[in-house]
Amino acid sequence: MKILVCISNVPDTTTKVKFVDNSTKIDVNGIQWVINPWDELALTRALELKDDASNGVQTVTVGHVGLISSEPTLRKALAIGADDAIRINIEAGDAYAIAVQLAEAIRNENFDIILCGIESSDHNGSTVGGMLAELLGYPSVTGVSSVKIENGQLVITREIDGGKEIITVPAPFIAVVQKGIAKEPRIAAMRGIMMARTKPIKVVEPQLIDSLTEVINYEMPKPRAACKYVAADDAGQLIVLLQNEAKVI
Amino acid sequence: MSVLVFLENWDGKFKKLSFELVSYASKVAEMLGQPAIALSIGKVDASELEKLAAYGAEKVINIENDSIKAFDEQVYTSMIAEVAQKTGANILVLANNNSGKALAPRLSVRLKAGIASGVSRLPVSINPFVVYKKVYSGKAFANVAIKTEIKIITLAQNSFEVVESSKTFVVEKMNIQPDGKLMKTQVKEVQKQSGKILITDADIVVSGGRGMKSPDNWGPLVELADLLGAATACSRPVSDEGWRSHDEHTGQTGKIIAPNLYFAIGISGATQHLAGVSSSKFIVAINTDKDAPIFEAAQYGIVGDASKVLPKLVEAVKEIKSK
Ligand SMILES: Cc1cc2nc3c(=O)[nH]c(=O)nc-3n(C[C@H](O)[C@H](O)[C@H](O)COP(=O)(O)OP(=O)(O)OC[C@H]3O[C@@H](n4cnc5c(N)ncnc54)[C@H](O)[C@@H]3O)c2cc1C
Ligand SMILES: Nc1ncnc2c1ncn2[C@@H]1O[C@H](COP(=O)(O)O)[C@@H](O)[C@H]1O
Repeated sequence: MKILVCISNVPDTTTKVKFVDNSTKIDVNGIQWVINPWDELALTRALELKDDASNGVQTVTVGHVGLISSEPTLRKALAIGADDAIRINIEAGDAYAIAVQLAEAIRNENFDIILCGIESSDHNGSTVGGMLAELLGYPSVTGVSSVKIENGQLVITREIDGGKEIITVPAPFIAVVQKGIAKEPRIAAMRGIMMARTKPIKVVEPQLIDSLTEVINYEMPKPRAACKYVAADDAGQLIVLLQNEAKVI
Repeated sequence: MSVLVFLENWDGKFKKLSFELVSYASKVAEMLGQPAIALSIGKVDASELEKLAAYGAEKVINIENDSIKAFDEQVYTSMIAEVAQKTGANILVLANNNSGKALAPRLSVRLKAGIASGVSRLPVSINPFVVYKKVYSGKAFANVAIKTEIKIITLAQNSFEVVESSKTFVVEKMNIQPDGKLMKTQVKEVQKQSGKILITDADIVVSGGRGMKSPDNWGPLVELADLLGAATACSRPVSDEGWRSHDEHTGQTGKIIAPNLYFAIGISGATQHLAGVSSSKFIVAINTDKDAPIFEAAQYGIVGDASKVLPKLVEAVKEIKSK
């Protein structure tokens, strides 16, 4: 079995975002780039599946649409334990453009399981995984909190409102993963970092493809009104304010 | 042309989210001078379907089909795409929850329709078609133009008020036979918790962090929530430590919610926590540290010890309830 994990390269979650060029572009000055948190957990789960030889997972590959500037993030994924990487050499456009690039690059690679995160922490799209599944004609399961291989069969847990479903699905398929898929992201050990240097990153030339959407500009959230304090000794007064002033209880 | 809104049901029932979706779709339809059509797949009582009229849907298309045994993303995509074509839909509206996240992107490819997800307002403009959506996990927003003829929007839960506007209303049964070959997912088992208010649905959420000190201290927090008809939630370290169950964890890597009122009790207000709760209409912070970042996000604050403040809040709620 071959697993692909799609990886997005995003600003570290503590980044204070700022915009430039009339608020049309993020200011990349000083940003630390990391593997999107969900993708890091997806990669961790893929490697756990490979660790158990009885699962029959031969390789874990990471796939990424982005320029050479995101190679440090791909190297990090290789250091964590991915066997190889595929990078489609173009600046990531909208979700559709990303999904088409991925689909074309991997169509003939015969991956059995493709893992995508539920959302990227920059675009907050929750769309690339589902689009990729439709482009490839694969079944997809969205909101996945567990992927197991039991006697060669894929057993998936899907989170639904107020519960979960245990599902089986034939490979090849795409899981769009969320909380629960792995406990803690795996971190790179020294040996992994050394080995990552020689692991292959295959660079694929991009297709010509137009985005379906376009960001006109960014806005910062409206500053919230300053906090109104109630003395701890008089805490009950808060409830009165919530009822009469905020009118929310 | 029409605005088509897809509605899932929960054991044959709709909920507030469904009415938000219909309200939103009918407002968009009004902006375009088109009808809003609701699509419901699965077994739903006629009385439930009729409720949708109160929020401005002119027609409800109901597909009920015994051969659909599971929520299979490919099968649902085909059915919705077929209805979209039959109704000449140029705008599709879905929820930005797991089902919407499953279907909207597949429909986008199928219908060659650009998508904007997590939208929280009516379109900024119709021509060009521009919507306002959250990006960078709530640290910013983007005005996004959708350039295709057909457009797909997923609506953030609790971001749009339900508006009543009754219209003449018809229910149309549509018989669409899904392609059996597509049905690839099989549900082996369903585990449901009942009786608990879902944190994504709740109007009020009472949430505790590491400042609660121990899982044994949750009593007054839960009591406050019960009195307010609220759901309980927690920060990530609290669920990681096993103090509270994982489905209560809010934040970037947990649930993303937008209640009317969010109590952050003993929560410092890390950016990853705020990413899940910053769309709340009001945030109340209770924290011993007056410099905790949560106070910057909050509209009401108490600098104090949760173990002393919570019983006072419980008393105060009992008092207003007794009046
Ligand atoms: C990639 C990534 C993703 C993450 N995702 C999430 C997420 O989804 N959700 C999340 O919550 N966190 C997330 N985190 C963790 C986050 O960074 C914080 O560590 C976490 O939110 C802190 O939880 P806390 O506020 O409960 O605890 P702390 O930061 O320890 O804060 C405890 C607070 O309680 C106060 N306090 C202490 N005693 C009392 C008392 N007696 N009464 C009242 N107040 C008191 C303290 O002053 C302090 O402000 C993530 C981190 C990373 C790196
Ligand atoms: N540029 C990219 N390259 C590869 N995979 C991506 C890229 N952007 C997003 N993804 C994948 O799609 C998921 C959802 O992203 P999004 O639709 O942007 O929220 C991410 O968690 C990744 O798995």
